[in-house]
Amino acid sequence: MTLLLSLGIALALFFALGLIARTLMHAIAPAHQKPMFRDMPLTASFGIAIIAAYVIVATLAPFIAPFGEGEVVGDQYLPWAAPHFLGTDKLGRDMLTRLIYGARNTVGIAFATTALAFLVGSILGIWAALIGGKLDQWMSRFVDALMAIPALIFSLLLLTIFGTSVLTLILVIAAVDATRVYRLARSVAQGIVVMDYIEAARLRGEGTWRLIRREILPNAMAPLVAEFGLRFCFVFLAISALSFLGLGIKPPTADWGSMVRENATLITFGDITPLLPAGAIALLTVAVNFVVDWQLHRASGLKE
Amino acid sequence: MEKHPLLIIKDLRIEGRSGDQWHPIVKGVDLTLNRGEVLGLIGESGAGKSTLGLAAMGFARDGCRISGGSIDFDGIDLRATAETERRALRGKRIAYVAQSAAASFNPAHKLIDQYCEAPVVHGVMPRDKAEVDAVDIYRRMRLPNPDDIGFRYPHQVSGGQLQRAMTAMAMSCRPDLIIFDEPTTALDVTTQIEVLAAIRAVVRQFGTAAIYITHDLAVVAQMADRIKVLLRGAEIEESDTRNMLATPREDYTRSLWAVRSFARAEQPQATGTPVLSVRNVTAGYGAVDVLTDVSFDIHARRTVAVVGESGSGKSTAARVITGLLPPRKGEVIMSGKALPPSFKARSRDDLRQCQMIYQMADTALNPKLRLRELIGRPAEMYLGLTGRALDTRVRDLLSLIELEPATYIDRLPSELSGGQKQRIGIARALAAEPKLIICDEVTSALDQIVQEGILKLLDRLQSELSLAYMFITHDLATVKSIADEVVVMQHGAVVERGSKSTLFAAPQEDYTRLLLSSVPEMDPEWLDNLLAARGEHA
Repeated sequence: MTLLLSLGIALALFFALGLIARTLMHAIAPAHQKPMFRDMPLTASFGIAIIAAYVIVATLAPFIAPFGEGEVVGDQYLPWAAPHFLGTDKLGRDMLTRLIYGARNTVGIAFATTALAFLVGSILGIWAALIGGKLDQWMSRFVDALMAIPALIFSLLLLTIFGTSVLTLILVIAAVDATRVYRLARSVAQGIVVMDYIEAARLRGEGTWRLIRREILPNAMAPLVAEFGLRFCFVFLAISALSFLGLGIKPPTADWGSMVRENATLITFGDITPLLPAGAIALLTVAVNFVVDWQLHRASGLKE
Repeated sequence: MEKHPLLIIKDLRIEGRSGDQWHPIVKGVDLTLNRGEVLGLIGESGAGKSTLGLAAMGFARDGCRISGGSIDFDGIDLRATAETERRALRGKRIAYVAQSAAASFNPAHKLIDQYCEAPVVHGVMPRDKAEVDAVDIYRRMRLPNPDDIGFRYPHQVSGGQLQRAMTAMAMSCRPDLIIFDEPTTALDVTTQIEVLAAIRAVVRQFGTAAIYITHDLAVVAQMADRIKVLLRGAEIEESDTRNMLATPREDYTRSLWAVRSFARAEQPQATGTPVLSVRNVTAGYGAVDVLTDVSFDIHARRTVAVVGESGSGKSTAARVITGLLPPRKGEVIMSGKALPPSFKARSRDDLRQCQMIYQMADTALNPKLRLRELIGRPAEMYLGLTGRALDTRVRDLLSLIELEPATYIDRLPSELSGGQKQRIGIARALAAEPKLIICDEVTSALDQIVQEGILKLLDRLQSELSLAYMFITHDLATVKSIADEVVVMQHGAVVERGSKSTLFAAPQEDYTRLLLSSVPEMDPEWLDNLLAARGEHA
């Protein structure tokens, strides 16, 4: 009964949030983009609303959070009650505060990593497709070799070699993910470089950088954007997984992955508090995928 | 006619969907076709010819619906009958031949397997009889090796042969009606003749009625007993082929005829240093030579047409000139100066001098750039224009190609029609202020009225800006209207070259004569006379 009720409340929240977000975006969008928002599915507007909420929480963390990030405020494992609405963790830190700061760290690092992976991967991929020949072969076979190593084991190896700091974490995961982006960008660009307009631009004497930036990239955007959304989720999970294994973000920095691990013992007592960070990850992953699906749908021209 | 007509279409209305709205494509057309009669449907692209042709089978494409009127095929109301009954008719009593035979055959099956499918499925004859029948029809279609050709796969025969095999397949159940949808549009002139002659021969032998859809008047004049002219989904006029050609009633029909009559005066023979000089060029891909010892000159203010059937090396010559394909032997000289073989080694000014306009404007314009950047980029790069000067230049160029600058400057290519896109291609070439423009089949993807507009524009620009054109085409009608000099190519070599007037009046080589005599003329007797002259039987 309680389960059904909470399911009902969740669904109602989903529709309400989706509808409000859509109406809001439709109202503030410039005139030529209005039809896009009018026809957008509720899942997409819900996804955008959730992502926006995460971004707001992450940027305004110090102002929203009731306590300090690593501040010990009471006994360990306090139950849900004011002023600790979600209780405390095993060191007596406020759970809600840690969740809010976790958004900043985990989402921020995931975003930086994905952006870096895309910057490197897509530019190199398009470049390889554009140049072709031996260089393309060498680069692509090297990337294939890297991709043959399981991603998690490869990042564990690299992190063990270079040590764990936020910067190395970002660089290592970006390097691993850039190989996947490279392959996608290269195959998309291979279809574009044979078009007449690329030939025309080459004959005009355009440089490589301009060819990549203005002639190829805009035409490869749709699949890359879709991939960005998915890749963002994978990176997110990778960081959480690494933190859970103890090689990710260092304590006392709040991070959703390590928060699950630290408080895992509570699960045996039937308390769901340790699952809240996991839920936060799940919700963001679902939200991002809703938006990506919508964009894919639009790009592929399937309007129905 | 005393007999009941085969097909009666009355007040047919067809609508197409765009977004949430239905808009009319065919607006109340009547059509009557007697047994054994060939009706030609002509009009520009978008006139609703193909939609009407398909409706004669009781079929509407995805996103289209038949919204009104009646289709009566030999006493059967095609709109009222069930889909299963209509399907029983299709292929058996009504057949369809599409424009691209290559796309219509299943590449995974042999020709004869595809031939036998319809007769076997419709229970007309068993498989072994159908195979014998296929060979008989292949022979009537004058396909080479009729006994064996059926056992080849579609990619193993040429485009013209494939189109004939497609027609043979349509004949397999001896239908009462065949709908031909632009069957020869994708073929070059010499192949077109063979296909036209073969189609006409079998249609006459079996007394099959046909609807022949095309935008080429000269072709329809050979094939049809009656012609119906369509414009934007409505009938303009219909009459006997001879009457229609001799005394068209409507202005629109006359304008279709007039397209063929555009011809500019031949420019005087030029002297001095040619803008472009191709000297003894031999070039090819891999080990194969596509061009052997090709030479020709192009002078300022003159148009040199390079003609030949597909595969004759016309476009390869353009690739050598632009530097995309460095030649094995020979050189390309521009204004007296030998150019480096590869475009990568050429200076920016060398690149500027020679611009290219492509056949398919859809793939030649970056779909994500606005016209401002598409046209402005060469001016920005070569002439160093920026800011206000660049904006003014782009607006000037748009006015030059007869597009209103304020309306079009911030549009994307997808917001333009086919003819407008080709104009943008021209403007982009002009923006570099070149001496030579290579036009690679620039008009062959456009219908005739739009073609005429483009040709007139090119002609005007040539005299205003003293440009030289290299005009690559397989359409000799275009050559007649725009060229000063003609270079005839076959199998990668120059067969004959000379000024247009002398070459058209007195061709020296057999191949040139064959090519010239293959261009369809308006005279309905033309195909008969030609075939008689070539010693074949119609």
